[in-house]
This record gives sequence, C-alpha cells and structure tokens, in this order.
Amino acid sequence: MTYMIGDWELVIGLEVHAQVTSQAKLFSGAATAFGASPNSQVSFIDAGFPGMLPSINAECVAQAVRTGLGLNAQINLWSRFDRKNYFYADLPQGYQISQFAHPIVGTGEIEITLDDGTKKTIGITRLHLEQDAGKSQHDQHPSKSFIDLNRSGVALMEIVSEPDMRSPEEAGAYVAKLRQILRYLGTCDGNMDEGSMRADVNVSVRKPGEGFRTRCEIKNVNSVKFVMQAVEVEARRQIDVWESGEEVHQETRLFDTARGVTRSMRSKEDAHDYRYFPDPDLPPLVLDAGWVEQLKASLPELPDARRARYVAMGLTPYDAHVLTLDRETAVFFETMACGRDAKLAANWLTGDYFAALNRLKRDIADPPVSAEHMGELLDLIADKTLSGTIAKQVFEHMLSGEGAPAAIVEARGLKQVTDTGAIEAAIRAVMEANADKLAEYRSGKEKLFGFFVGQVMKAMAGKGNPAAVNELLKAMLAG
Amino acid sequence: MRPTDLSLAQARLALDARQISARELTQAYLDAIAALNPRLNAYITVTAEAALTAADAADQKLAAGQGGPLEGIPLGIKDLFCTAGTRTTAASRILGDFTPPYESTITRQLLRDGAVFLGKLNLDEFAMGSSNATSAFGPVENPWSRRNDPDTRLVPGGSSGGSAAAVAARLALGATATDTGGSIRQPAAFCGVAGIKPTYGRCSRFGVVAFASSLDQAGPIARDVMDCAVLLRSMSGFDPQDSTSVDMAVPDFAAAVGRGVRGMRIGIPREYRMAGMPAEIEALWQQGIAWLRDAGASIVDVSLPHTKYALPTYYIVAPAEASSNLARYDGVRFGARVPGADLTELYEKTRAAGFGAEVQRRIMIGTYVLSAGYYDAYYLKAQQVRTLIKRDFDLAWAQCDALLTPATPSAAFGLDEKQDDPVAMYLNDIFTVTANLAGLPGMAVPAGLDGQGLPLGLQIIGQPFDEEGVFAVAGAVERAAGFSARPGVIA
Amino acid sequence: MSVDIATIKRVATLSRIHVEPAALPGLAQDINAILGWIEQLSEVDTTGVEPMAGGGATALRWRDDVVSDGGQAEAVLANAPDREGEYFGVPKVVE
Ligand SMILES: [Mg+2]
Ligand SMILES: [Zn+2]
Repeated sequence: MTYMIGDWELVIGLEVHAQVTSQAKLFSGAATAFGASPNSQVSFIDAGFPGMLPSINAECVAQAVRTGLGLNAQINLWSRFDRKNYFYADLPQGYQISQFAHPIVGTGEIEITLDDGTKKTIGITRLHLEQDAGKSQHDQHPSKSFIDLNRSGVALMEIVSEPDMRSPEEAGAYVAKLRQILRYLGTCDGNMDEGSMRADVNVSVRKPGEGFRTRCEIKNVNSVKFVMQAVEVEARRQIDVWESGEEVHQETRLFDTARGVTRSMRSKEDAHDYRYFPDPDLPPLVLDAGWVEQLKASLPELPDARRARYVAMGLTPYDAHVLTLDRETAVFFETMACGRDAKLAANWLTGDYFAALNRLKRDIADPPVSAEHMGELLDLIADKTLSGTIAKQVFEHMLSGEGAPAAIVEARGLKQVTDTGAIEAAIRAVMEANADKLAEYRSGKEKLFGFFVGQVMKAMAGKGNPAAVNELLKAMLAG
Repeated sequence: MRPTDLSLAQARLALDARQISARELTQAYLDAIAALNPRLNAYITVTAEAALTAADAADQKLAAGQGGPLEGIPLGIKDLFCTAGTRTTAASRILGDFTPPYESTITRQLLRDGAVFLGKLNLDEFAMGSSNATSAFGPVENPWSRRNDPDTRLVPGGSSGGSAAAVAARLALGATATDTGGSIRQPAAFCGVAGIKPTYGRCSRFGVVAFASSLDQAGPIARDVMDCAVLLRSMSGFDPQDSTSVDMAVPDFAAAVGRGVRGMRIGIPREYRMAGMPAEIEALWQQGIAWLRDAGASIVDVSLPHTKYALPTYYIVAPAEASSNLARYDGVRFGARVPGADLTELYEKTRAAGFGAEVQRRIMIGTYVLSAGYYDAYYLKAQQVRTLIKRDFDLAWAQCDALLTPATPSAAFGLDEKQDDPVAMYLNDIFTVTANLAGLPGMAVPAGLDGQGLPLGLQIIGQPFDEEGVFAVAGAVERAAGFSARPGVIA
Repeated sequence: MSVDIATIKRVATLSRIHVEPAALPGLAQDINAILGWIEQLSEVDTTGVEPMAGGGATALRWRDDVVSDGGQAEAVLANAPDREGEYFGVPKVVE
C-alpha cells in the first residue's frame, strides 16, 4: 500500500543529530550536563579562543562505534575530521569540526515496523562525529540575540539515512526506532525535548517512476510527531508549487509548530560553500580492530533480537513488542521472569503493573515495586501459596510500600489453604448448612455448583486453593 | 663586561655564581629597551614591573640553590604566544586589548624553568610576512645598516622580526619565535643571530595564535647556537593538549653543539642553486661547504627535484589553513568590534577594519582555493605536491645526515623595498619553506657579511627529530665562521 | 584561472570581509598575480599521489572522558566586546 497525496509520491531522508552520552565534550574537558547556567560549561577551546587546540574524548569515539555496531553498520578503522567553515554567532571557531570525507561509520540499516505490521528496511548512509554549536536566544532583548556556549563542542552523532522513506508514518517510525536503538545502547539519552536528538528532514515529491526532484531540508525538528507533521505539510507545499507550474528551490526551512507550516530560513541563505578541508589540528582517528570486536561483544541485546527471543519464550507478539519498547522495561521483565513462567510474568507486567504505573504516574525506571519483589510474588502464585485473587490483594499492599510479598502474606495471614482436610471440613459445613440446595443439585440443578464454590470460598475467607476446592466439591456434592 | 654582553650560557653561570643578580641583569635589559625600543620598535608591550618581580623571585631561588635551567634569564616573547594576564595582539588590530586568561604551553615551560619575561615582541600581523612590515604596531627596524648607505632603514625579516631584532640589539637575551615558512630562520639570518625551527610536533602549539596549523612550529632565536640549544630544551616536549604533538623524549641539545661533524654526510641540494642567485650568497654557501669538509664531514651532492614547487605549494596550504584559523576573529567573544546593523555587517566591518591588507589578501586566497569547484585544483593538488616534496627529503636521507643551504636569497632589504609586490616578498622564504612543508628541523646560523656589511646566514636542515644533528652541524659552522660582527644599533 | 570582480566579491562575502567597491580591481589584480604564480603547480604530475595533510603525530591520542574544564564563565566572558549578563551579545539574528 503506497502513501500518496493525489498522484504524488513522497521521498524522505533524515539526518538525525544525536547527542553522545558522555561526561565531557568531544574536544574539551568541559561538562555536557543539561540545564547549567549560561556559559558555565565552556572551556576556552569551546569558545574558540586564540591558540586553543582540540583533543578527542575516547568515550565519544567508543559511543559512535557502539552506535555503528547497533545499526549493523560498517565501522571505518581509519577516519578523519574535517572543518566545515561558516560564520554564525553560536559557532565560535568559525568552523564546525565534523567528518565529511571519511566518517567513522559507513553504511548500515534499520528495520522499521508500521502500524499494520509491515516491515521495511531503511538504509543508513553514514554516521559521523561532530561538534554541536552554541545556543542563540532571540527573545531576551529587543535588538540583540544572546549567545550561550554551553552546548558548543558537545559531541553529536549525525546519522544520515538513505532517502528510503515514503510516508510521514515511515519517517516517524524511523525516528522512533532509531531513538529506541540509541537508548538501548546507552549512546544517546534520546530526550528530544531537551534537544539531545533533532532531525533534519529532507523532503521531495515526485510522480511515481520519476527520478528525484528538488528537495528541501527542514532543520531541527524535535519530536516524532513534528517529523510526521513537517513531512506532510512540506510535501503539500511542494505539490502546490509544482502544480501551480513553478519550481521548488533547494533550501533550508524551519517547521513552525504553532502555525503548522514550514518557512524559509533567512540565516542559512548563503552558507552553502562550506569549504571543507582536513582539520590540520587533528591527525587521523585510527581504531584498533580488536578494540572494535570487544565493543561488539559487550553490546547490549537490541530490541529486535529481544523481541524475537520473547516470542520464542511463548509471549504474544504484542506483549513482546510492548515489553521491548525500551530497555528499562525489558530489563525489568527479565529480572521478574527469570526462572519463572514468562507468560505469567508478561501478563502481570503488562496488566496490573502497567495499570499501577499509570495510576501512580510512575515510570519503570523509578518503579514503585521492584522486579525482584514481583518475581517473588509470581513464586508465591506458582507454589500455590496465593491464588490469583489474593495475589492481586498482595500486589496492592506491595504498591503501598509494605515490602516483600512473603512478609505481607505472613503478616496479613493471606496464605492459600491447600490442606484438603481443611477444605473438606469447610465443604461439609456448607453442605450441612444448605441441605435444600444440596438436594436440588443432586436432582440435576447443576447450575448450583457455582453457589457452593462461593460459599466454600467465603467460609475459607478466600484462602482456599480454587482448583482444590473445585475438585473436592465436585466429588463430595456427587455424594 | 656589561651585563648585556653575556650570552645566555654565560649569564646562567654568572647568576649561579652570584656575580650578578637576576634583578641587575633584568634591569640592564629594561634599560636597553627604554633606550633603543623607541627606534627599533621590537617590543609591542614591555612588562617591566612584572619582569622585575620575576627577577626578584629568581634571585631568591638562586640564593637557595634552587634555580631552574633558565633561572633569571630575561627573554622576549613573540606576541603570538598567549601569556596569562598580559595583552596578546598577534600584531593585529583585531585582537584589540585581548588579555588571555591562559598561558601557552611553551611560555609556561619557560616560566617553569625560571625565565623572566621582558615583554611581547613585534611581528608581522598573524605572522604573515617576511619583513615585519605588516604589523599593526608599525614596522621593526633591523639594528644593522648598510655600510655605504647607513640612513636606509632595513627590515629585520619576518615574521619574527621583533624577536630577531631584539636579540641582535641586545634588548633580550633570547626570544621565542615561530616559523611557518621561514619566520624564525629568515629574520635570524637578516639580523645576524641564530634561530632554530624544530621538527613539527616537537614544540607544543597550544596557546600559540595559529597561522597555518600544519606548518606552524615554535622555536628560539638567540645569540648563538648554544643559547638556542638551551632554550629549545625548555620549549620542547610532549603536550597532550596539542594533538599533533609527538610523544618523544627531549634530548640534551646543548650536548650536541660541540659534538663536531666528523663522519657526518652533509648533503648539498643542487636545486637550491637558483638562477640569479647573488654571487655573495653562492660564495658563502661554498665557504660553508669548505668549513664542514675541513671539519671532517663528507659532502654529498643530493637532489630535491620538487624544490621549485615548494613556495607555490606553501601559498596554497598556508592561506587555506589561515582563512579557517582566522575565522574566530569575529568581534563576538574577544577582540575589537565594529558595530553593524546585523550580524553579517558586524562581521564584515570588524574584519575589514581589524585585519591588515596582507592578512585580508591571504584570507581571501585561502577562501578561494578551498571554495567549491577549486578545492581539487588548488588545495588537493598542493597537498599532493607536499607529499612529493617530503618524499624528496626521505630519499635524500638515504645519502646524507643533514643538508646545508643558504638561509635567504639576499641580505636584509630596505623598509620600502618589495612592499608592493607580494610575490617578490614571498620569494624570501624560498630556502626555508621546504622544511615546513616536510616538517623538518631547520636552523639559521650567522656565517658572514655581504659587501655592505650585512649579515648572511647558512641553513642546516636535519632529519625528523634529529635536532641534535642540526645543532652539531650548526656548532661546527659557527666555530668555523667565528662570526663576531655587531650591528650598529646595540645596547 | 583568472579571477573576476564578481568572484572577488563572492570570496570577500564568504570571508566576511567588507571590501570597498573601489578597492575590488586592485585586490583582483593582486590575487590574480598570486594565483598566476601558483599556477605552475599544474606542471607537476600528481597522479596517484596521496595528499599530505600535515605532520606530527600520525594518529589521534584519546583523552579520558572526565570533566576537567569549564566552570569559568567570568573568564570566558571577560574579553567580550558586548557582554549581556551571562551571555555574549550580538545584533538580533533572524532565523
Ligand atoms: Mg546536516
Ligand atoms: Zn551535522
């Protein structure tokens, strides 16, 4: 099923800038933490002071390689930094140190899954390391912009896709999937609202079967939803241009989220001759093949592999999908399910536990009940100490902070009775007290069985093992 | 003997023996600066008070027997090295009153070893020039003058013109300098003093205002070869803050100065015999060859076939890197600013007013050779020729241990000569620029006088990281030449 | 390759250097003289020759990922021609 607007097809490619998770900046020892006061996390290197020179942060290199491995991409053992020259208020050196001709990571791929379940592979062209720029604030003064260089020099991975996407949904799925992979790898926190991940969206339109038409780049789109909206409105704008007999001009545009339109970016108009050349301050970046292998061996399991494993463990594809959406949930699930019935664990987690998170407005990264305690709860169900009904009660007590399930069961006397003698005694008492109903049952009114179950459970304050109660009751009622 | 007559090595002994105090020595230099700098303009900034304070501290260390290798030695610092708390200008208007809050690695090492800084020395703006005429703080005058034409003021060479003139006129006991295409060796030769550009990667570039990063290398200018060896040892060494710095032990260069050249093979590159080379230069070169042969070296004829392409290569690579390195001078974070209605106007006005004509010219050439459509024809081509130039040297090293060449194609010229023909000016560096392109150590040693009584220098080029070999040959040339002439203007 | 006035203007704009219109022809002449002289490089056969970017260390050394710098906003801002509180000030930029 092809997504079309009228008789136009969309062609979308994305350049995602993902902030590398690291303590210090790519080429300086200044901190990267979000939200610090202006210009407080700035070295003279980041501010482009005279005589200052870059030296590279090992962890940023490792993170780029991990990401490349996670995208099934080629790792280039020899790469190089180039300067991208342009003037801008928040670019202190007058150039950005980037990797133009020889990126650290080459071609790879990402598989996306659409809402209708179809899968599609999106090609990754490259991933390179580069410096972030500072931040300009335009709304603090009537005639001035204010420059904060805290972000200047923070390591970014620019991840460039092939123009393989054909609909807003595919573009959105790609960004979501990329974000999921980065978060699994721990190489980018993926906080799009803090700017740790931004997408430059390249959009063009064409009639099916045509070659590519002129594209426009929409800069710095900062949510999955906005990526999808930007693709759609930009495509519609271009279609209008073409259909009115005019030409689309290659340019950089901004997505105005308030008005839902894209508009041309004045400030980037003449910045097109970047005069890239190898940065003479930085010798080549050379990786040891053995070191790359070590990183590969220590890579966490990624969502696709994890999902497949969960399905193999007997989970439904839907549960497997939900439990692998982020790494915290998957890790929680595996801790909880370790050595136990995976299906039961999945049911509890996606059911009662997620409902509780919703109700309490908590996150699985900051869980109200630990995965270990949830596992212990499953154990008590498995060894028939608790019935399903009582387990839910115990879980509520756990949520209110009463501690380990065994202790709650002990303190509140919630142990399930599986002692057949006790059950038989209870059944006898019920039969005696309801001789009329017993007679009706024995004369063929089998619907009354439920009534007897209820009475027995009531007599046992809910602690009777339901299976045992059922079995014994059936036998004794029969006489 | 007056204090300023002492060489660095002699002064160090006299200080240790308490025959002179660091304060007396420093004061003697400050007096000389007060007397002669108004004429020579070698210093942009004199830090007299700080110098005397540092000298007093040095005296205390010396008294306690804790003096470092340069304890109490008064030095001038080329105003391209950032010095914490002291204005650093690069001889440009665009830096305004820029006062670095940090110290360059090299000056930090000199301070560590006890040196006393007298002030900041004049240079060509951003080290771009061979005459010191492009300084925003006015030209430096060479303390030498022509015997038959004493009124014509001569250039000290450049870009380290202030460094060379100050050392020659004894306004400093030694000086830091930098060399991108010959900026240590050419002014040293013009002023009758010694100067060495070490192997690229030997001295840290951290905190030195960049001109062309892949060519820039700092080194000392001093009165003689031994003084250069002592200074270079303090200036050298691995610095993790400079990614191009090489992690190698620093040898005792001074020990090599007297080593002699017996058994060494000295290469004479035949392509350095340029058409139209002045007879006096040719004669000096032949004299140098004879001295080394007499000292026991064997002389070998070698070929460096791509020599003639070195300068054009340099005038692509250096402006290209400079156009990018100088983009940070934009009037936003430091330095001078000319206001503008918008950001672009602010940039354009600030840079038009802040940079001098030669710097502007080079930025634009550099921008042009890197721009879309020209990169391959110019920049990439130049980098390829650079490989060929380096390969020439690699092949020559199979035949010889060091090379001997003239340092400059002429003696110092007049302040008004060559100024309006950029290419003629560029030819000053014809013998020196190859060492920068190939990253090799090169040293200029005063070796004789021309017919006008002006100093001429010889150049020794060495193998990578064999500064010791260079010092050995330079020491031999110096001893044979017995150069003792002094400039007319001297403290 | 001879450079015309339009090219000089474009290069001046890329370089962010204001050039008075009257100065353009002289500048073009100077630059053409230099470029003409550089032109001799085209004689050199560089087929298959690797470009040489620079000397010194042959591979990057890696720094440990520790915060060792920053926390000096005052020093960073001290030389600013237009300081606006904790920020650098520039004429308003329209994006
Ligand atoms: Mg981009
Ligand atoms: Zn980028």
